[in-house]
Amino acid sequence: MNVIETSGLGKSYGSTWALRDCTLAIPEGHMVALVGPNGAGKTTLLNLAVGLNAPTAGSITVLGKCAAGSPAALDGIAFVAQDMPLYKTLSAADMLHLTRNLNRRFDRGYAEARLGELGIPLKRKAGTMSGGQQAQLALTLALARRPRLLVLDEPMATLDPLARHDFMATVMAAMVDDGVSVLLSSHVLTELERVADYLVLVSRGRVQVAGEVDDLLAHHRMLTGPTAEANLYTEQLNVVHARQGEAQAHLLIRTNGAADPVPPGWEAQPVGLEELTLAYLREPGAAALPGPARRADTKIVGVAK
Amino acid sequence: MTLDKGSSRESADSLESTSGRSKIEFRLDSASGLPTYLQLVQQVEHALRLGYLRVGDQLPTVRDVVASLAINPNTVLKAYRELESKGLAAGRPGQGTFIEGVLGRVEFPELTQFRRSLLEWMAKADRAGLDEDGIAALFASSLWDFRNRGHAVADTEGAA
Repeated sequence: MNVIETSGLGKSYGSTWALRDCTLAIPEGHMVALVGPNGAGKTTLLNLAVGLNAPTAGSITVLGKCAAGSPAALDGIAFVAQDMPLYKTLSAADMLHLTRNLNRRFDRGYAEARLGELGIPLKRKAGTMSGGQQAQLALTLALARRPRLLVLDEPMATLDPLARHDFMATVMAAMVDDGVSVLLSSHVLTELERVADYLVLVSRGRVQVAGEVDDLLAHHRMLTGPTAEANLYTEQLNVVHARQGEAQAHLLIRTNGAADPVPPGWEAQPVGLEELTLAYLREPGAAALPGPARRADTKIVGVAK
Repeated sequence: MTLDKGSSRESADSLESTSGRSKIEFRLDSASGLPTYLQLVQQVEHALRLGYLRVGDQLPTVRDVVASLAINPNTVLKAYRELESKGLAAGRPGQGTFIEGVLGRVEFPELTQFRRSLLEWMAKADRAGLDEDGIAALFASSLWDFRNRGHAVADTEGAA
C-alpha cells in the first residue's frame, strides 16, 4: 500500500505555483523525510496530503486509494502542524476530552497512559507546560487517534536537544508498536540522518529527489581525484555536484550501483544523507527520481579554493 | 528545576525498560562516520569479542533500541539482519533476536603474532617520518583498497 500517491500534482496561488508536476508513490512502513529550502513547497504538499488544501492540478490519494480529505482519509491520518496547536488555557485532560469529541476514533486509555509515562499531569494547563511537554501532548493527541499515517510539519523547531530526542523516540516507538508510517518535514538535516529511511526533496515547487535512503546512498558516490582530470570524467559520469580546488576535486556522482568503475587514481567514498541532500540543494537542476540514473543537466563549476 | 529533571529522567527510563535490562546498551557516535546500522553491528561484534555477549544472550528488542536512541526501527532491523547473515545472531519469532555464533576464528597466539608484526611495521613507518595520523590514513586507505580491489593489489604490490 502507498501511504501517499500523487500524479502531476500542483497547487497555485494566483499565478504562482507553490508546487507543480509532483508525482510520488510513497510506500507504507517508512519514516519519510520531506526536506527543502524555505518556500520550496513542503507545507503545501503536507496540506494537500491531509486535505487542508485542494489541488489546482493533478491528483493525490492517501492510504491506498482514499481521496485526500475524504472521511476515510481523515480517520487514518493524524497531523501535527508547525505551531503545535493547543489551547493554552485548557488542561491536558480538557484537550483529551476535546480531541475525543472531535474525532470518530480516539483511544483515551492510550493517551492517559502515555501522559502518565511522560510525567505530564492531566490537570496542568497547556500554556504552563514546557515546550517539550507541549510537543509531547500534541503528539500524544495525534497518536491516540490511532492513525496509520502520522504527518508532522517541522515539529521540533522550537525544542531543546533532550526534548527533540524524547519526541523522536516516541514517534519511532509508535512505528514499532502500531506500524504507523510517518511523514516529517524538516530542514534540520542532521536530525533526519538517524531517523529517516525515505527521502523526498522538494525545491522550487518541484520534487527533486525521491526514494529509499539506502537506495539513494547506494547509488551515489563521492569521487576524489586530481582536478586536472575532473573534466575528462564529467562526460562519462553522472555528476550531481562538483567541488574543485586547484589540485584536488570532489565529484558527487550518481551511479547505477556499487559496481561502477572508479577511474584509476581516483578514490570513491560512500556519501551520507546530509552530504547528498546538500549536493542536490545546491544543484536545483539535478534530479534523482525513481528510474535509471540519467545524466544530470549540470555542468562542473569551478569553486574558489 | 531539580524536580523537573528527575521526572524527565524517570520518563526516559520507563521508555527504555519494557522488557528488563539487556546485556548491552547501544550508543551512537556521529563522529564515527559509519552508517547507524553498521555501528550497531560493530558494537555487537565488539561485545562478543570482549565477552559482554555470549551464545544464547538476547539482543535489546527493536522497541527498546528505538525508544532509547530515537532511531528508525528499520535501521535496527537491518543491523539484526546483517548479524543474522553473518551467522552471529538469529531471530526467534515473537521473542526477539539472540546471539548464535561466536567471533574470532583466529586464535589468540596468532592474533598476538599479527599484532607484533603490525607494531614492527608501525615502528618502521615512524622511523621513516610518518606520524600517527599518516599511519592511520595509510592503513585506512590500504584497507579500502584491499576490500574493494581484493588480494590482487596486495600481491602485485608485494611483488614490486
